[in-house]
Amino acid sequence: MTVRKNQAQLTTDEKRRFVDALLALKRDGRYDSFVSTHNDFIMSDRDDSDRVGHRSPSFLPWHRRFLIQFEQALQSVDPSVALPYWDWTTDRTPASSLWAPDFLGGTGRSRDGQVTDGPFAGSARAWRINVRVDARDFLRRNLGGNGLQLPTKADVDSVLAMSTYDAPPWNSASDGFRNHLEGWRGVNLHNRVHVWVGGHMATGASPNDPVFWLHHAYVDKLWAEWQSRHPNSPYRPASGTRDVVDLNEPMRPWGNVTPADMLDHRRHYTYDVAA
Amino acid sequence: MSGITRRRALGAAASAAAGLTAVAAAHSPAQAATPHDHGRSGQEPGSFDEVYLGRRIQGGPSHGGGHHGDHGTGYSVRIDGDELHVMRNADGTWISVVNHYEPQATPRALARAAVVELQGAALVPLATPTPSAA
Repeated sequence: MTVRKNQAQLTTDEKRRFVDALLALKRDGRYDSFVSTHNDFIMSDRDDSDRVGHRSPSFLPWHRRFLIQFEQALQSVDPSVALPYWDWTTDRTPASSLWAPDFLGGTGRSRDGQVTDGPFAGSARAWRINVRVDARDFLRRNLGGNGLQLPTKADVDSVLAMSTYDAPPWNSASDGFRNHLEGWRGVNLHNRVHVWVGGHMATGASPNDPVFWLHHAYVDKLWAEWQSRHPNSPYRPASGTRDVVDLNEPMRPWGNVTPADMLDHRRHYTYDVAA
Repeated sequence: MSGITRRRALGAAASAAAGLTAVAAAHSPAQAATPHDHGRSGQEPGSFDEVYLGRRIQGGPSHGGGHHGDHGTGYSVRIDGDELHVMRNADGTWISVVNHYEPQATPRALARAAVVELQGAALVPLATPTPSAA
């Protein structure tokens, strides 16, 4: 069974295996297909029409399925690898071991935002950015560069306390847990972390930065924590909702998986610390 | 790489031509008179055309649906003539593919934020996505 661990607790060997598996997927082209899929959905998910991956109730089950698929690809390279998660309420500065050269590398240089150390640095040439909206083909970051602070534990707790999963109009204007976790409304958790990292993480092609997976693995864990706190709060909506994935409707692009299939993460993996 | 290099070489001429097209579309009376976005036509942002940090940014209403660049937004933004993918949120704020998680109040603010983010780099059309990994 796959156990997802806090990235801060990984051994040197676990970090190396995770990085090597990422580089292998990049070399064989599979990595970039995940970036393409994400960008396709982020550009087509709209508040006033069909929406699946973002700004909608299925934001959480869609990313859970997306991460499982990615984790399975990593495990096809190295079966010992599991996705780590980044608790950004705790590891909240660029000095965190997450950003060390033996793991993800640090922030970008000021001139062009280019990451210059670690396995994904532009100079290493092993991490060319192919799925991109501008001419730059090197990984970029600007950690905390706009003066933003990462969300605090208190911010997270205030969102976990919300007992309603989601609410009409089921988009970026909604009240409820999903939209506050996603960040279009309120204290802003998930969206703010993308902006804090900057560079590619702030764009539609955000999976170009490997920290995307660690960020979303923690967002996914927060969903599990919310479920533990609110065992009687169901996924909503249940049925008959235009442009939105109801509980038992299939999600694109897979077509054979529904939000209901994704509600219990323990069928697929567990966490090092019970959610 | 060769595609990018060629694109950069041709960039100036292409940008100038595309820019003129966008300006013409933005000032078309037929466009201005067609409120294609029901329920929020009263809040439609106007056109703009300026040089910001050395780059020409333009925005204006476009054909909703069918137009390749606007993805149904009904509004088109260009930087040095190249289309910037933008989207309007339910609360009237805007995001672009370059700043996707940080809403801006207006398309002009969005274009300016993109110029800052680009640090001089040219926009390129997104590579045609490969079939889903699924």
